[in-house]
Amino acid sequence: MTPFAHATTPGGFLLVLAVILPVCAVLAIFACGPRSAARIAMTTLAAGLAIAIAIAVELIASGAALSYVVGAWRPPLGIALRADGLSGAMLVMTALVVVTVGLFARVQYGLHDGAGGGRAQTTFWLMLLALWSALNAVFVGEDLFNLYVALELLTFAAVPLVCLDGRAETVKAALRYLLFALVGSLLYLLGTGLIYGQYGTLDLLTLSRLSRQEPALSAALALMIVGLLAKAALFPLHLWLPPAHAGAPAPASAVLSALVVKAPVFLILRLVLDVAPPQAAAIAGQLLAVLGAASILFCSVMALRQARLKLMIAYSTVAQIGYLFIVFPLAAGSAELPPWGTIAWTGGALQLVSHALAKAAMFLAAGVIAEAFGHDRIADLGGFGRALPLSAAAFGLAGLSLMGIPPSGGFVAKCLLLTAAVIEGYPWLAATILAGGLLAGGYVFRVIDTALAIPAVPVAPRRPVPRRLELAALALAVAAVLLGLVPLRPFGLLQIGRDGLAMAGLP
Amino acid sequence: MTLLLDLALVAWLLALAVHVVVQRGERSAIIAFLAFGLLLGLAWVRLAAPDVALTEIAIGGGGTGILLLRAEAVLRGRGKEEEPMTRAGKLAVAVGCAAISAGLGLAVLSFASPAPTLAPAAAEALGATGLGNPVTAVLLAYRALDTLLEKIVVLLALIGVWSLAPDGVWDGAPEVKPAIVPGPLTYLARILPPFGIVIGVYMFWVGADAPGGTFQAGTVLAAMWLLVMMAGLKPPPDTSRPLLVLALTGGPALFLAIAFLGSIFAEGFLAYPEGLAKPLIVAIEAALTLSVAAALAMLVAGPARKAPAR
Amino acid sequence: MTASLSPGALFGLCGAALVGIGLYAIVTHPGLLRRIVGCNILGAGIFLVFGAVARRGGGAGFEADPVPQALVITGIVVAFSASALAVALLKRLSELNVGERNGTAAPTEQRGRL
Repeated sequence: MTPFAHATTPGGFLLVLAVILPVCAVLAIFACGPRSAARIAMTTLAAGLAIAIAIAVELIASGAALSYVVGAWRPPLGIALRADGLSGAMLVMTALVVVTVGLFARVQYGLHDGAGGGRAQTTFWLMLLALWSALNAVFVGEDLFNLYVALELLTFAAVPLVCLDGRAETVKAALRYLLFALVGSLLYLLGTGLIYGQYGTLDLLTLSRLSRQEPALSAALALMIVGLLAKAALFPLHLWLPPAHAGAPAPASAVLSALVVKAPVFLILRLVLDVAPPQAAAIAGQLLAVLGAASILFCSVMALRQARLKLMIAYSTVAQIGYLFIVFPLAAGSAELPPWGTIAWTGGALQLVSHALAKAAMFLAAGVIAEAFGHDRIADLGGFGRALPLSAAAFGLAGLSLMGIPPSGGFVAKCLLLTAAVIEGYPWLAATILAGGLLAGGYVFRVIDTALAIPAVPVAPRRPVPRRLELAALALAVAAVLLGLVPLRPFGLLQIGRDGLAMAGLP
Repeated sequence: MTLLLDLALVAWLLALAVHVVVQRGERSAIIAFLAFGLLLGLAWVRLAAPDVALTEIAIGGGGTGILLLRAEAVLRGRGKEEEPMTRAGKLAVAVGCAAISAGLGLAVLSFASPAPTLAPAAAEALGATGLGNPVTAVLLAYRALDTLLEKIVVLLALIGVWSLAPDGVWDGAPEVKPAIVPGPLTYLARILPPFGIVIGVYMFWVGADAPGGTFQAGTVLAAMWLLVMMAGLKPPPDTSRPLLVLALTGGPALFLAIAFLGSIFAEGFLAYPEGLAKPLIVAIEAALTLSVAAALAMLVAGPARKAPAR
Repeated sequence: MTASLSPGALFGLCGAALVGIGLYAIVTHPGLLRRIVGCNILGAGIFLVFGAVARRGGGAGFEADPVPQALVITGIVVAFSASALAVALLKRLSELNVGERNGTAAPTEQRGRL
């Protein structure tokens, strides 16, 4: 075989655990039944968080990517797992959000114990864990078909979460989501087949080293990226997202909006950066940036016009995802500077993580509000900040990140992207970033304004809400703000393991 | 001569596919899709892929066909349709789809020559697994991680389907028996299962060395079970019934257990100790066959509709 | 021409055509059930492209490359699971719609809402 190939590194087994442990928990909950679901889930959340942190520690300590060759069958015949710095950041972010959401759900389901014979609760725990496994599999996957299975795992875990409440409206949203996601994965699969036909391998590391000029490769990648865009809900393929994310129960909305849409974005990034021929990558980058900018502008305006809080947050997700796509031309890099050395690369990664934390915080806060008042119509929530000060604070802090106001992770992210847009000569992207920030300010302040309003008849909660629920939302919002303390320069962790990939082509 | 036969097969496949799409009646479209699935099996035989042919006929055609037919019976007359597209819109979509097909066709014709292949690598490694069927080796050794995760996908689909039950009856039993059971169905349900079970066990057993394997065997067993339930000879089980849960989780659980043991006693997760590969794989396949059979049958049966017997 | 129309290429072209037919059904058909069928036709076309790849890659005593064959088997099972979930959602949706029209939607189903 080729001299440079995957080899299991110390700590590589952690990657297997990150993918497989939640799967074991799914089987255990399924076998033990609803009564032990929450307990098994809580144990797994703790263990999974420890694994994610261990992977990050190992990455930083060794300064190199972690790899694992599954079953000792080397690619191209077998499958490898690999985590570089970016994957490590994704794993930790995912673990933080999943664990906080899990704690929130534990408290919230505690309020409704026994309702409906445990159907919604048990399904939620099963799907949350399966979703975690799928996300981890996407972040550490190295094999295009293995990634397809991971994407399908993600779809099958996400879709039932949308219609947990069993109303016609949410079942409809779930069905639409499923159809979009299925067509998306099928297009991805088709591209995978073409790549195998051309190169006889599905391993990303091997593919990244080949001389890649054939038009067939560009066609295959175009199919895969379009399929992934449907899953990532980039404008104009976003129509399924708002009803699906707004209709799910709050903890489910939080993971769907914060994490699930990030998986296809991550894969698009890997395809464009590691596999695409340079020229095709440049063209794709421009196209993706145009769609990203359209997403930011169009869906921010849509968010402003929503009457329901959760729909507003869902439209904001599509807008914020747009920022991740304007990174492509900005982080193109040059002969001296690889993409991952650019400030746009760090900015994009920060935007991804800070949006995940902020958006999860917002959906959880919205869940607290809906729990307290029994609805989420913004117009009828005047003065809710008095009844739920912590949730209002969580919403406001998370809003800082979405708007890009200091001090927040979103500020640093958008500041880096803006600087990159100016330096690289993309005034229209700079203008979009600024306009997007203003529009986000509009929809966030609309809610803050409502929270602080003093209506003639103050709104009273239908029932008291445990403080712990509010604290979960607040913790995520504070984490999103703390990300703003990251220094304004290319970030070391995000470059670990990237060099190995670039050097791989050399003898 | 064979080229002519192949051309006829392709023409027939395409005609059926178009028929499925343009046909007005829902039921006749689905029946055409069933025929399409069977023909597709033939195409796979012509592609020298008998394992895929069996899977396609059993699951792609048969399983999906039954699923769709049952759905059509429920939805008949009350399926809300969306606004049909305008003629110009349809034409634009048709042109777009034709362009995609044409581009794809070009890509298929311009694949690299000589064709890149993993067949030699798969053949070389076959000895270490002790298996005779290379497809089984890919599924259960070289790319076992895919197969493991895909078993979880099937289980998740089932959990998702079950989650669509109304709240009170969630852990109860689905309804499989139609309002009126036709006489021939009962007759078939009495005589077919013994043969079906033998065929299923045979398919699983030869799968290690010859075409066949867990999915094909599992589907045959699932079909027999569904037949018995549809004829009302045996009621469908509660979804929370321990035996059913054991059947569903047993395959993936054994797979996982052996995978973890591999990281202690062999070269790593999902590796098999030398010399023990074949018996371990056959054991995993046996458990998976039962899991696949239970999962497929329950996926067709649908969510619970009767409160559980407590 | 005859050389390029080996069974592999021929069924690969058939797969390419099926992809277009399936996509057309998914985009244009007003009925949701038929869109699910369309997904299956699209899937069948994609699998045939894999089949063409496998057939071209025969060697080492095998008539076809076993790896793409195994991928297709996994793909068929995933596609079936997807159809089952989609069909279950569709049935439930129509049930709920009928219940709403008759005003008999069970109130307990609202309780999971958070």
